[in-house]
Amino acid sequence: MANMSTVMMRSTLGRVRGLGAARSGLFEWWVQRVTAAALVPLSVWFVVSLLVHLGEKASSVALWAGKPWNGVLLLALLIALFRHLGLGLKVVIEDYIHAEAAKFATLMLMKAVLTLFWIAATVAVLKLAFAG
Amino acid sequence: MRDAREALMSGLTTEGKPVGRPLSPHLQVYRPQITSVLSIMHRFSGIWLGVGVLLLTWWLVALANGAGPFAVAQAFFASIIGKVILFLWTAALMFHFCNGIRHLAWDSGLGFEKSTYHASGWTVLAAAAFLTILVFVIGLAAG
Repeated sequence: MANMSTVMMRSTLGRVRGLGAARSGLFEWWVQRVTAAALVPLSVWFVVSLLVHLGEKASSVALWAGKPWNGVLLLALLIALFRHLGLGLKVVIEDYIHAEAAKFATLMLMKAVLTLFWIAATVAVLKLAFAG
Repeated sequence: MRDAREALMSGLTTEGKPVGRPLSPHLQVYRPQITSVLSIMHRFSGIWLGVGVLLLTWWLVALANGAGPFAVAQAFFASIIGKVILFLWTAALMFHFCNGIRHLAWDSGLGFEKSTYHASGWTVLAAAAFLTILVFVIGLAAG
């Protein structure tokens, strides 16, 4: 009984069932905000770049994506974007799916799809970066 | 009955029949307001942008795969369906972007007065509409 306040504030049944804070909520909340702040300049840069290179043929777009700084910014964009999206979808899934098994399965499926797409996009950017 | 929380959710009707108590708040009794509508839109636009991220991945992989696959992706985005998706994606991005900045301001403790969050809400809508039209007009002009 090191911490009396923990004992007092939570029901015995809740503690036995492992309900209550997992103490990692604040970290995810913070990462959601940090990635949001990072996405402000990164998405402006990306949308402007897309508009500049719209309608160009593959070789000239690939030339743009293959430049070192563009590759760096694309990778940064992908990291912030997929992290932000994963955290956002996690909250949505947790809000609307209440059955434990279905919630767990949906969260795992979402994470698996996002991880695969994130790796695919990253490999594509790296291939473009090292092609020339 | 699994736990104390579930026990609190069960009650009896006036006829004495067992009934599960509804969760509050009951959204349907509220008049839509700029605050609640934008909050719901933020979530929907975020989910829709998730679909856009999958398309973005496809576009990048196609680019890395060379001229043939990239032409397929280009043709898709130039088609009517592709253009509609791009327009809806642009609108969602511009709204989520503007309203996201509004959220970041709130997170740093700014703009919580009623008149301020009403004004910032309408500003977000106007800015998102302007940016969506701007980006799409430039996009269509460039091909």
